[in-house]
Amino acid sequence: MTFNLAILTDNWPLLLDGMLLTIFIWVVGTAIGLAIGLAVAVLQLFTNRWLAAPLTFYVAVMRGTPFLIQLFVIYYGGPFFGLDLTPLVAGVGGLALYGGAYFSEIFRAGFLSVPPGQIEAARMMGISRLAIIRHVQLPQMLVIILPALANMTVLLSKETAVLSVITVNEMTSVVQSIGSTTFAFAETLLFLAVVYWAFLEIVTALARRLEKRVGRFTLRNQH
Amino acid sequence: MSEQTAAGGRPIIDVKGVWKRFGTVDVLKGIDLSIQKSEVTCIIGPSGSGKSTLLRCIAFLEEYSEGEIYIEGELLGFSLENGKRRRVSDAEVARVRRNVGFVFQQFNLWPHMTALENVAAPLRLARGIPREDAAKRARAMLDKVGLSARADAYPSQLSGGQQQRVGIARALAMEPHIMLFDEPTSALDPELVGEVLQVMRDLAREGMTMAVVTHEMGFAAQVADKVVFIDRGVIAVSGSPEQVFRDNDNPRLRQFLQNYFERNVFWQSGDETPADAPAL
Repeated sequence: MTFNLAILTDNWPLLLDGMLLTIFIWVVGTAIGLAIGLAVAVLQLFTNRWLAAPLTFYVAVMRGTPFLIQLFVIYYGGPFFGLDLTPLVAGVGGLALYGGAYFSEIFRAGFLSVPPGQIEAARMMGISRLAIIRHVQLPQMLVIILPALANMTVLLSKETAVLSVITVNEMTSVVQSIGSTTFAFAETLLFLAVVYWAFLEIVTALARRLEKRVGRFTLRNQH
Repeated sequence: MSEQTAAGGRPIIDVKGVWKRFGTVDVLKGIDLSIQKSEVTCIIGPSGSGKSTLLRCIAFLEEYSEGEIYIEGELLGFSLENGKRRRVSDAEVARVRRNVGFVFQQFNLWPHMTALENVAAPLRLARGIPREDAAKRARAMLDKVGLSARADAYPSQLSGGQQQRVGIARALAMEPHIMLFDEPTSALDPELVGEVLQVMRDLAREGMTMAVVTHEMGFAAQVADKVVFIDRGVIAVSGSPEQVFRDNDNPRLRQFLQNYFERNVFWQSGDETPADAPAL
């Protein structure tokens, strides 16, 4: 077996398309997932239990079942419930719902990490619940939960590969088809690994910079 | 109480028959207390007696189980419909207690904001005051508690006494009609207690209405108009500092004060030969 990187350069338009689609799915899915996660955590913690109970059920289902099955249910099972989605929409939506469940648990832990006395002081000052979340809780908890959020974001980058099973032509499915027609599995899989690793490095670098920004008050305390 | 009402008009705080239960434990058992404008009331008592719980009920940080608490004539936390109590909305609670300032034992400053931001943020977020005006008023308040030079420091860069003074400035900025202090010096190193008590003394002198839960008997004796001794959930003794500290012979109160004095005696001349021991 030879190792011929020309396989990659010869197929670069396909690979580039696949990679861009993967990035699109990842970024949009993560962004929506973060929004879902924050909303679910806020509703669970700060509203009544009639709203919290179904949300807790949603989180349990999404965390308790494989992403692969969730995608099958949404894409192939959806039409039975009048939910006729394109593969891409089903895939991105599925990723967002899946990630959102995990993100909600991270946000929930974050909210609980802010000492209740600070919330009491804010309420005593007449600050609204929403303003307390935005100005007192979020800025402090972000410092604490940022590594966990970054970690989940990296995990989601790799979950995008599962979208190949519902015929989304993202990077992993492109690489698989190139591999199976040229039998150059080593080169293509190496490419795949390097790109996912690059995602990890990018997220890590961004998270570090963000940590410094949101953590100004804790960093400054050290001298 | 009735003669005070006649003389001073409507009390700022009127507590009537308040009970507070945590589960099956009765922490407050029928408290009656009224606080007139410009009056300083010091609440003392053994730990676990319910004094902090009473203050927290007056701020509605705890929901009281029975009775009524009026703030400047308005019932706090509940509405009465044909004699039945109904919990009102959080917004309504916030409206009724808008003129009540609270100072916490643990300061409860927001650590991600500077001293100035801690004081200015509530003005912006709760009162909608524009950023610059809020900062200006915050600066004036920090100046009042002697901390204008530390406006840009974060709480963790301040001593406990300075943090508590920021806490007081933060409450004062909202222009309260009454200030509630929940053991404001109990979390402080002994040498930092004085600076906080001085700020409180100045406030009292300016005529601020204050209710102070404290273990600082010296402060209570010097500053209070009324001292209230709470024991096992009831007001056991209440009156002027002289009446409570000097004249009253309630055994629980005497025991409490005796413990306090013994704890604070650190050296006596002739320790080896007590003063009342017969000379040899």
